Amino acid sequence: MNTSTLTPRTAAADDKSSAKGSVTKPGWFLVSPSVLLLLVWMIVPLGMTIYFSLIRYNLLNPGENEFVGLENFEFFVTDAGFLPGAMNTLLLVGSVLAISVILGVLISALLEASEFLGRGIVRVLLISPFFIMPTVSALIWKNLIFHPVSGILAWVWKLFGAQPVDWLANYPMLSIIIIVSWQWLPFAILILMTAMQSLDQEQKEAARLDGAGPIAIFWHLTLPHLARPIAVVVMIETIFLLSVFAEIFTTTNGGPGFASTNLAYLIYNQALLQFDVGMASAGGLIAVVIANIAAIILVRMIGKNLTDKS
Amino acid sequence: MMTLKQSRRLQSALLGTLSWLIAALIFFPIFWMVLTSFKTEIDAFATPPQFIFTPTLENYLHIQERSDYFHFAWNSILISFSATILCLLIAVPAAYSMAFFETKRTKGTLLWMLSTKMLPPVGVLMPIYLLAKTFGLLDSRIALIVIYTLINLPIVVWMIYTYFKDIPGEILEASRLDGATTRQEIFRVLIPICKGGLASTALLSLILCWNEAFWSLNLTSSNAAPLTALIASYSSPEGLFWAKLSAVSTLACAPILIFGWISQKQLVRGLSFGAVK
Repeated sequence: MNTSTLTPRTAAADDKSSAKGSVTKPGWFLVSPSVLLLLVWMIVPLGMTIYFSLIRYNLLNPGENEFVGLENFEFFVTDAGFLPGAMNTLLLVGSVLAISVILGVLISALLEASEFLGRGIVRVLLISPFFIMPTVSALIWKNLIFHPVSGILAWVWKLFGAQPVDWLANYPMLSIIIIVSWQWLPFAILILMTAMQSLDQEQKEAARLDGAGPIAIFWHLTLPHLARPIAVVVMIETIFLLSVFAEIFTTTNGGPGFASTNLAYLIYNQALLQFDVGMASAGGLIAVVIANIAAIILVRMIGKNLTDKS
Repeated sequence: MMTLKQSRRLQSALLGTLSWLIAALIFFPIFWMVLTSFKTEIDAFATPPQFIFTPTLENYLHIQERSDYFHFAWNSILISFSATILCLLIAVPAAYSMAFFETKRTKGTLLWMLSTKMLPPVGVLMPIYLLAKTFGLLDSRIALIVIYTLINLPIVVWMIYTYFKDIPGEILEASRLDGATTRQEIFRVLIPICKGGLASTALLSLILCWNEAFWSLNLTSSNAAPLTALIASYSSPEGLFWAKLSAVSTLACAPILIFGWISQKQLVRGLSFGAVK
């Protein structure tokens, strides 16, 4: 088989333009396992989710799986947790994105601005939180930092004569945002710092000789150069932030009430705690739709951004 | 009056100090975790927080008997490595053909692969859970290995694709003229050239598998539970367990943290799908 496919490919190497069509076969033969697996991974569960979302299906009373139309969606959307869940999801994604992009740009600009002792170490320290597993970072923050009696923040508050705050009980969503930002800011720094290093130093030097100040250089030279890496950061973080789960699971359990429930946690709650497969599936589909809307907006933004540049 | 050189040096010192402060602030929780792991439980809970104390190894010595640490660590190792190897085996041929036999559909296929990552896991939680239940795969390592392979496949294909793209086509043409078969081409030419790239791809996949905490929390309970699940089980009890929690967490995170430090430059490429090099 290998010898027979060798001929057209060698021909293709000799004449790239005309042989394009004839070389597709070995290519697709090798790509197909990946494509097929991903296709199955996407279509089978998604199809099942759609099916489940249209029937009454509760693991606690099996047997009567009759078709109920859009009833599950109606129940899910009118559930007391839906509105807070949707709002918290957007709040979490929005604020963590803003924090990580803005601080990420500033911190990486700061690091690139000058040579100083131990810059390599500073770099390593800054990106470290990204490699900590989510359950660990959630518990470390919950017990060692946020704890109202012996957490570090309680001690700092007392140092200034203030009453320590019970972060997770009083400001649950803010606390989750802080924890998740702590995990994802390093990712932004990692990407943006690398991108900044590839900025043309000569261009910067030329601008400086023309009398541009550091702020003007940052605004007119560095920031436009960062458009693409920022787009990448926004896209990747959005993918992961839409389904933040472990951080909520290990700290607040979505509470108090629904104060820190996001859609991912709400669906988990419906599915594995109340065993309502139908409603959880309806919720899952709504999450998929939201993710896709976000994806379309992002792809548009990034696509525009890329064409603008080239 | 300061000379220009002096003022530059002062500025650089100020910026350096500020950078160090920010880095210390961001790194503090990790530092505090490691420090707490060497305290007794009483010191760990003490107010005000103890910065100076008599260190003890007690927490590390008793980890195994208190939480069966090695069972969970072994699960993490087995699942992460199996999923990574499986993923590479499937991804290398795909990346090879997409990088060297580009067709009209290649870019579309790559983007479509990326788009499967847009599917939030909760959207398919129910079917996967029920499928795992039907096939008796709840709380089994196989289920997690298969899922991790599939969720990392798009990133791994992308990353290897960008490494292969950097190889000049002439090298492959030369080997083909020498009569190399496809398999020889991949194993004798491509893989040796891309050793570094493949290694950092594998490392990224290992890191992602090791830290994954949605499927591991939802699909395992004890038998197949990896370290992420072990640590989540510490979330309920209050009181005198912080030093132990810190010790377990430190052990669970240390290898990945070191991997991350070593390969940070290459990881950028994989994490940005080749957009930032």
